[in-house]
Amino acid sequence: MDSLIINEGFPLLSFLIFFPLAGAVVMLFFNGESFARWWTLFITTITAIISIKLVTGFDLSTHKYQFAEAHNWIPQLNISYILGVDGISILLVMLTTIIMPFCVTASWKYISTRVAQFMICILIMETAMLGVFMALDFVLFYVMWEFMLIPMYMLIAVWGGPRKIYASIKFFLYTLVGSILLLVAIIALYLKNGSFFIPDMMWQSYSLTFQIYVFLAFFLAFAIKVPMFPFHTWLPAAHVEAPTAGSVILASVLLKMGTYGFLRFCLPITPDATFALAPYVLWLSIAAILYGGFTALAQHDMKKLIAYSSVGHMGFVTLGIFVLNMQGLEGAIIQMINHGVTTGALFLCVGMLYERTHSRELSVAAGVGKYMPWYVTFLAFFSLSSFGFPGTNSFIGEFLILVGTFEANIWLALAAIPGAVLAAAYMLRLLQKVVWGGTNNPDQSYLADLGFREIFTLTPFLLFVFWIGLHPQPFIDLMHTSVVHLLDQLTNWQQQQNIALLTLR
Amino acid sequence: MENHMAILPELSILTGVAAFFVLSLCKQLDFNQVKNTAVSIGFITFIAALISLRDEATLFFGSYEIDLYSQIFKLMICFGLSIVLVFGQNLKDIDESVRPEYYMFLFLSALGLMMLVSSVELIAIFVSLELSSFAIYLLVPMRSDQKGLRIQMEAGIKYILFGVMATGFMLFGMSYIFGLTGSTYLAEIMTGLQTAPQPAAIFAVIMVLAGFFFKLAVFPMHFWVPDIYEGASNETTGFIATIPKLGAVALLIRIMTLATGETQFLIYLLMVLAVSSMFYGNLSALVQKDVKRMLGFSGIAHAGFILLGLITMNVSGYSTAIYYISGYVIMNLACFLVLCSVSREGENLAIEDLKGLHKRQPVLAFILAVGLFALAGIPPFVGFMGKFMLLTLTLQAGAMSKIYLILIILAAINTGIAIYYYLSVVRVAYTTDQENYPDVLVDGLTKTVGMALVLLIILMGALPSKLVAIADAAVKTIM
Repeated sequence: MDSLIINEGFPLLSFLIFFPLAGAVVMLFFNGESFARWWTLFITTITAIISIKLVTGFDLSTHKYQFAEAHNWIPQLNISYILGVDGISILLVMLTTIIMPFCVTASWKYISTRVAQFMICILIMETAMLGVFMALDFVLFYVMWEFMLIPMYMLIAVWGGPRKIYASIKFFLYTLVGSILLLVAIIALYLKNGSFFIPDMMWQSYSLTFQIYVFLAFFLAFAIKVPMFPFHTWLPAAHVEAPTAGSVILASVLLKMGTYGFLRFCLPITPDATFALAPYVLWLSIAAILYGGFTALAQHDMKKLIAYSSVGHMGFVTLGIFVLNMQGLEGAIIQMINHGVTTGALFLCVGMLYERTHSRELSVAAGVGKYMPWYVTFLAFFSLSSFGFPGTNSFIGEFLILVGTFEANIWLALAAIPGAVLAAAYMLRLLQKVVWGGTNNPDQSYLADLGFREIFTLTPFLLFVFWIGLHPQPFIDLMHTSVVHLLDQLTNWQQQQNIALLTLR
Repeated sequence: MENHMAILPELSILTGVAAFFVLSLCKQLDFNQVKNTAVSIGFITFIAALISLRDEATLFFGSYEIDLYSQIFKLMICFGLSIVLVFGQNLKDIDESVRPEYYMFLFLSALGLMMLVSSVELIAIFVSLELSSFAIYLLVPMRSDQKGLRIQMEAGIKYILFGVMATGFMLFGMSYIFGLTGSTYLAEIMTGLQTAPQPAAIFAVIMVLAGFFFKLAVFPMHFWVPDIYEGASNETTGFIATIPKLGAVALLIRIMTLATGETQFLIYLLMVLAVSSMFYGNLSALVQKDVKRMLGFSGIAHAGFILLGLITMNVSGYSTAIYYISGYVIMNLACFLVLCSVSREGENLAIEDLKGLHKRQPVLAFILAVGLFALAGIPPFVGFMGKFMLLTLTLQAGAMSKIYLILIILAAINTGIAIYYYLSVVRVAYTTDQENYPDVLVDGLTKTVGMALVLLIILMGALPSKLVAIADAAVKTIM
């Protein structure tokens, strides 16, 4: 427990988790449509504003878990309710709280049926997602991790597109089945340690076989969530059918849970297995980058295109994590945020066009630039950001990751470079089609440009694109101490293993 | 300690039985009054069970034990019974002329179960078990035959034949136990069996267990489940699917405490039964179209999970099994509450019939969704907590040896299989819009009870520590 800095005052983290849930409960009783919209906006905005206290009160000099709260929950099995944030999770927590109000504004008109239920799902999602990033007890983590499936399933299955049934069930089954072995691994770790407290499970001397089994169980769960290359097939289906807000939540936050899981659990709990299996994961990441890129290049459905680009981008993140050096890890975390901002914004853009044309086909959306100048301006910046144009956020992330990769293995880095080029190819193709199109553009003259609400929704995303792109230092400062600590531990661990091997000889 | 007030719940339900016997003799009856009497007797019994929760007594020449263990089960039985009475108050598919008899047998069956959990002597166990079983055998064919398929008769005959066979197994085992130990008192048997020759002792225990496996619907004693669930009226199935299982678990735990000595074989047997039940139940449930049949098969799978708690053969495992079965009963009651309310004239419901339920009756759709997600084992509901604790305790009891690890991996995989069929019911209820399906009308009491069940499902799942502690204390009184 000495890795926690207990927060004695107002339970900030608990408040952030349960405030949206309380808001959802209120809506069970008052469910007028416009009340539901304003109420949800109010709740998510308050959550976002209060979460800023996390950043202002964050101690940059320690790797410990801050704002921590610890209470007994189920003493029979030594399960506790423990929350805390460190440099790895704080950015993701902030990403979640800040993105949620814009998910609400993006659904203002898009969702016209069963509004109150939709908003309840959104609020419950926020609770579960924050819970995942803050939980320091493995059972609490798992509860939140699984609980999230219900509202997300509902978001896709009720408000989704034509193939919503297929997509939602695929999403649910994939994620649930992936998590089953995670549960077994959690129980096995508990029986080794006698507690579900996550930091207690880290840096323990488990046997290599045990570590490899645990790593594989973790890997299956997290790789499906990321999604990594052979496990990605649920993602395009879910993205395409989900309503805009669902896509944004999925892309911006849910996918990060997989990579967060790698960072939080795989590296510190199973370091030996990580060293042993990292090469395979790295090449899988390369496969994801290239596969995602090529597949995105061939898409005619805009949402599918962005979904496959996500596979590629997340491939960069896993690449950065498993090269196991400073630039790689920091780049990976930055890239997680970047992907959340950029891809979230791109899904918002596609959703806004969909509200007007009722189609996601590239050919239907061709040539809207003339009639929607504001819209294409935003779209252009987000597209540039998506393929890592210098000056935008993704450039920082991908650059750091590639530097880290070069340091680790030059062949790996060379294999990843085409992914960056591919990203430019498919995003510019999208941009060219949408802005100018060709000679056979459909008649787009009926289209109205973005309204105030839509501009209000997109502007903050653009702000973050340039903020991270031009001045990333504050973001890196937030995570730096924790990343350094993690890497120190990893190197120490490796040295100890080497010494042990030498003495054995 | 002759404290006869300790059997207050039994006495009050017996009064109910007698009252309905008298009512069944009357010619002119107001059915509203019959209904209200039944519901109020249910509540009175529940309150009586609450009052006598902390009573302790040994009655009837030591064959009847009132302790925390029995009282907790009685409380749950009374609770379940009141819920069944509330949501089944219209008895849509029971002919009006036999309703007093129906209630009489229903109360008689509950009485049998309440006596069963208190019995600590083989003959008493047998008598009370049969009292409860025979009453249910009669409830099944009481369904009025709207379609003329006589499906309820088939179900009734099947039930009684299978039931008698299971009783045969049990009596056979009891005769062995008596032969080995010369006593019918469980306390004396427990010490007697320790010195009894193996494998006869363990064989006897397994035979007695088999009788209760039938009640709990554990593979291979599960054959009755789908047809009886389908053939009996919705309300009767709601009763059969939940309350007798409480009695079965109570007695399974009691019998398990008798097993000593070479228990390794027993454990392996239970493991095989557990895994077979889960796979059989879940895989069969995948292809069901009738909601009750589906819930029946899912019940077989859940019975497999309960066996995990028995496999541990320790206090915490048993108490988690109690926690799990009480959660299971509540989740199942929530589902049956919805089924009984949606069914217009008491007909069976296909999954398709739940189409557009979110529009026809949002509250019921919500209750159904929570009940099914809980059965599927999604947190934060009670189904997840129960499964999670059972898995943990099983692996702990096996000291992480390979066979236990395989067991819990198989069990965990089963939760993955199960989600599909639960989800497809939720999907039908929530995502389809059927304009031509009529609204579902529910009375306020049923709605309130349903929401209370939802609240219980969530609270039991989120804050299980108190309940498990109580169950722990209860199990310790019998070990």
